[in-house]
Amino acid sequence: MNFNLSQDQQMFAETAKQFADQELAPHAARWDQEHIFPKDVMAQAGELGFCAIYAPEEAGGLGLSRLDAAIIFEQLAGGCTATTAMLTIHNMATWMVATWGTSTVVEQWCPTLTTGQQLASYCLTEPGSGSDAASLTTSAKRDGDDYVINGSKMFISGAGETDLLVVMVRTGGAGPKGISAIAVPADSQGIHYGKAEEKLGWNAQPTRLVTFENVRVPVANLLGEEGQGFSMAMKGLDGGRINIATCSVGTAQAALDAAKEYMLERQQFGRPLAQFQALQFKLADMATELVAARQMIRLAAFKLDQDDSEKTVYCAMAKRFATDVGFTVCDQALQIFGGYGYIKEYPLERYFRDVRVHQILEGTNEIMRVIIARRLLDEACGEIT
Amino acid sequence: MKILVPIKRVVDYNVKVRVKSDNTDVDLSNLKMSINPFCEIAVEEAVRLKEAGVASEVVVVSVGDKACQEQIRTALALGADRGIQVDTDQKPLPLSIAKLLHKVVEQEDPSIVLLGKQTIDGDNNQTGQMLAALAGMGQGTFASELKIDGDKALVTREVDGGLVTVALSLPAVVTTDLRLNEPRYASLPNIMKAKRKPITVTTPEELGVTIESTVEVLKVESPASRSAGVMVDSVEQLIEKLKTEAKVI
Repeated sequence: MNFNLSQDQQMFAETAKQFADQELAPHAARWDQEHIFPKDVMAQAGELGFCAIYAPEEAGGLGLSRLDAAIIFEQLAGGCTATTAMLTIHNMATWMVATWGTSTVVEQWCPTLTTGQQLASYCLTEPGSGSDAASLTTSAKRDGDDYVINGSKMFISGAGETDLLVVMVRTGGAGPKGISAIAVPADSQGIHYGKAEEKLGWNAQPTRLVTFENVRVPVANLLGEEGQGFSMAMKGLDGGRINIATCSVGTAQAALDAAKEYMLERQQFGRPLAQFQALQFKLADMATELVAARQMIRLAAFKLDQDDSEKTVYCAMAKRFATDVGFTVCDQALQIFGGYGYIKEYPLERYFRDVRVHQILEGTNEIMRVIIARRLLDEACGEIT
Repeated sequence: MKILVPIKRVVDYNVKVRVKSDNTDVDLSNLKMSINPFCEIAVEEAVRLKEAGVASEVVVVSVGDKACQEQIRTALALGADRGIQVDTDQKPLPLSIAKLLHKVVEQEDPSIVLLGKQTIDGDNNQTGQMLAALAGMGQGTFASELKIDGDKALVTREVDGGLVTVALSLPAVVTTDLRLNEPRYASLPNIMKAKRKPITVTTPEELGVTIESTVEVLKVESPASRSAGVMVDSVEQLIEKLKTEAKVI
């Protein structure tokens, strides 16, 4: 067993870190403050390969592993959490289109999605269907060579700015087996976008309600087969959970680094904060838990890459643990900064606001516990170690 | 047209270096190492010349132990075509490096040797000049602009009085300054492609060069720490002090 990154992974991380330091971090505060969605920077990220890290090579992706992606996203998140989170959502949606799209859809969309010239949103949650995703009601009815879509999707990241929507719809009866996935051009007639939600964090990307009113898309836009949608959504979410967990760890690492520097510089009572043992212990715990969270994510990513039978449990565990640790570390780093942590001149309050939502989306951390416990108590459950 | 780009593995420019407790050297253990920034600019310029159709091949060469292959890989990921490592555990000084590079130049026969004006570890600023003398090639140092015009290289140099442009007959040695270009990021696909590009390994013995140490390091010390400043009461007082004490105006 070798815990070191491969030479390729080190170089991927290095490129991501340079990009984060030079193209994301210097602008992140302004994007947050002014609610700017930096599409030009996303396109620049696309030129470097960050928009289709694990999408298959046949469709223009890089065909890298989830572990590689986790290593890359972690570095990017240290520069701007919200932009990186959107980039991970785009990667997930692009992977779904590239993997399950018909040749028509792949040829039409993948060249621009994989390079970041166009962006994709992922639409699962509905106003009345959050944690209970299988109860979604947005319908797609077959009409000749088209599907006709009706319903609403809630909290859609990037909506109104992105070009393609990967939408989970009901084509069959009640329950998960009646759900299908469809790629819907974002400018299709009959799509209405709600106002940009006012949020605690993640302000560098808009979040909107998307309403579908008799939206027609060709049958060729169906991803996979009818009825496969829910299992696709769940497969997508395994990776999505790893991605969002890395966004927490990358942000928390930036918070920890800032707190460490601050402890060495800031003097009170005639000595640097770094000489106060209570703060030393706090810093030690933050670093320890962050290492644990990072390694747990990498383990889950590895299990996903191996298609381990219990991969979903590992992904849920990593998501729950790393997003909780990430939030705590950002909170404590803010505390070390005192009043300076609370004002916007320093990035600590933004880190704190941005990672909070990671405990909610891609399945709440309560749902993660449901997934873990349900599987553990199932007789068919494999070994979880 | 072939371009040879000598590069060096150095401590990363973001790292705060510490002096070893026995004052023999700086402590490089566990520190992040990178391609020297001036060398990276040289790689970028060579790759741009290739992309512009001026150059046909970009070869990078580095002198050092196996670890410097990391920096060769980085250069390959930025767009160089192949690498040469001159394998040695010693830390050769500029004259020895120039002698080694001279032999590589004889083997490779490049039209341009494009290298950093100095490395950020030794800050010697000698290797390019020494190589030009040994190889009998013209030199354009501290380049902020490089144009190839037929069999001539037009090099705009940054000198104390401003800019000077020299025309060099090829083959020539050109050393890069900071403003020549802004290096690109290595893209993920290019990092993956770099793995398949060849790196050949040679040795000082094979090149027929003996690495000599002509300089003896007596002691390595940290710079004196900055002493506390003085608060002045007015602009007039500041100007007075700049005139009479600092004597800078």
